[in-house]
Amino acid sequence: MEILMILTVGVLFTVATYMILSKSMLRVIIGVVILSHGAHLLFLTLSGLKQGAPPLLGEEASAYTDPLPQALILTAIVIGFGITAFMLVLAYRTYKAHKTDNLDELRGTEDE
Amino acid sequence: MNNLVILPILIPLLMGVILIFFKDSKSVQRTVSVISVGLMIAVSAYLTYMVYTEGIQTTELGDWPAPFGIVLVADLLSSSLVALSSLLALVCLFFAYQTFSAERERNYFHPFFLFLMVGVNGSFLTGDLFNLFVFFEVMLISSFILISMGSKQYQLRESLKYVIINTVSSMFFVAAIAYIYGVTGTLNMADLAVKIGELEQTGVISVIAVLFLFVFGTKSAIFPLYYWLPHSYFAPPAAIAALFGGLLTKVGVYTIMRTYTLIFPHDQTVFQILLIFGGLTMFIGVLGAVSQFDFKRILAVHIVSQVGYMIMGVGIFTPLAIAGTFYFLAHNIIVKSALFLFAGVAEKITGTSHLKQMSGLLKTHPYVGWLFLITALSLAGIPPLSGFFGKFALIIAGFDAGNYFVIAVSLATGVLTLFSMMKIFMTSFWGEVKMPDPQAKDKKVGSLLIPILPLVALTILLGVAAEPFMQFSLELAEQLMDPSEYINSVLNKE
Repeated sequence: MEILMILTVGVLFTVATYMILSKSMLRVIIGVVILSHGAHLLFLTLSGLKQGAPPLLGEEASAYTDPLPQALILTAIVIGFGITAFMLVLAYRTYKAHKTDNLDELRGTEDE
Repeated sequence: MNNLVILPILIPLLMGVILIFFKDSKSVQRTVSVISVGLMIAVSAYLTYMVYTEGIQTTELGDWPAPFGIVLVADLLSSSLVALSSLLALVCLFFAYQTFSAERERNYFHPFFLFLMVGVNGSFLTGDLFNLFVFFEVMLISSFILISMGSKQYQLRESLKYVIINTVSSMFFVAAIAYIYGVTGTLNMADLAVKIGELEQTGVISVIAVLFLFVFGTKSAIFPLYYWLPHSYFAPPAAIAALFGGLLTKVGVYTIMRTYTLIFPHDQTVFQILLIFGGLTMFIGVLGAVSQFDFKRILAVHIVSQVGYMIMGVGIFTPLAIAGTFYFLAHNIIVKSALFLFAGVAEKITGTSHLKQMSGLLKTHPYVGWLFLITALSLAGIPPLSGFFGKFALIIAGFDAGNYFVIAVSLATGVLTLFSMMKIFMTSFWGEVKMPDPQAKDKKVGSLLIPILPLVALTILLGVAAEPFMQFSLELAEQLMDPSEYINSVLNKE
């Protein structure tokens, strides 16, 4: 299972890199979102997938799953959600002000 | 256990939340934010004094014992940086009152200014890696909003790039935390220091160390990762640019100092990388500054060059070098923001920040000119001002450690720094009076200079009374180089 997850993380990072390097503003933002999913999945996998009982119920189980990574990832997801919302608004305003979503045309000139 | 440590985070957080409800009342906004920043200064100064006399102070949040819960740790480095940043916040706040339009102040400037301070103080004080990530995000999202506020065409374009680059590096931060948690099973920095010290130093640790260097390097703008900085710091108005230039990159430098002295001190390759990148950062940064012809842009590119010195100091990694790094860091926080504020004053007078369009400021506004000259010379490292002593300690430490090449680069950088500062002074302050705004001559800017004066006084004081401050830096470096006190006070070992 871990191998499969790690491969998924690799695919997510590859796709994200490709998207971030493209020229369209929206694709870049989607790339960042995918990158964040990749990072969260990596966290979940590296700290060990389900081993033993759920961490909260019962005291008889010999092994418990580590609950910390899930709490941390939840925090990171919430932060990522807020930043994505902000980025989308900022991208929309930039599009309105510049009339383009092509990052090549947003490069800027020397004398401004 | 000392609950004082949480106050520098709690005060701006609570006050910021309260201020959201008083959006339309200018006087409430101003009084509350000045009071809260003033409280922060008082608390952090007292905290620094307490750490100096009684040793490291910690707070266990929610009373969870150390390796399991989140701890806040105030050692000499973090508490003195909190004090400095609070002082800087007060200065920038007073400058903002005199330059900002009423509309900008009404659009939630104050709450986000305070939230930015929450993030900055939290990053300095936290003793937990994931908590550091959270405070980084608090700081970044407030800075995103402050930098894009105003929505000019240029501003929107550059803040979009700033946001994307910082978010990508934050995602790598999560990935790096995932790796280190996978290897050690803990995120408490003191516990990490113990666990990594016990592990065999394999390639995995080096990979994690370099991944962290990538993340913190992007935030602190070191050599291959600095390209976002010059444009985005040009966009916001002077008071915000001064705060960003003085603080945000320095938070990155602080995290590099913290992680590499505490968690990864065994890894020689990383220190070699730090030395090489430090040299490249300072030299390429100063070349960028020499080629620019805009007041604010020169200063923005100079941030990159100055960060190079600090990275070099961490790379040399002897007590004297770390002391020099801290001295330089404190000096740079003060001087850099003062210079950005001077750029704001010059722009207010002449209506432009381009050097070729203004000259003769010294004839119309002599005080601005001479105060700027003092600060600029301090940045270039002319004795007896504060810049000299930081560089002096760094260079002596470099000679002792035998890193001659990087020292030669840093000396050459110093000359070029002087050159680019004098370029500003000669073109915009000397010469015939020439300004795009015809009323420029009669503009009174005395009240704008008042907030800058304490910063100029501090750089002179740090230079003239260097002995006690250097003594303090040496003690601070001692504490950083020998992490056992930090580890023992966090993990409650006797």
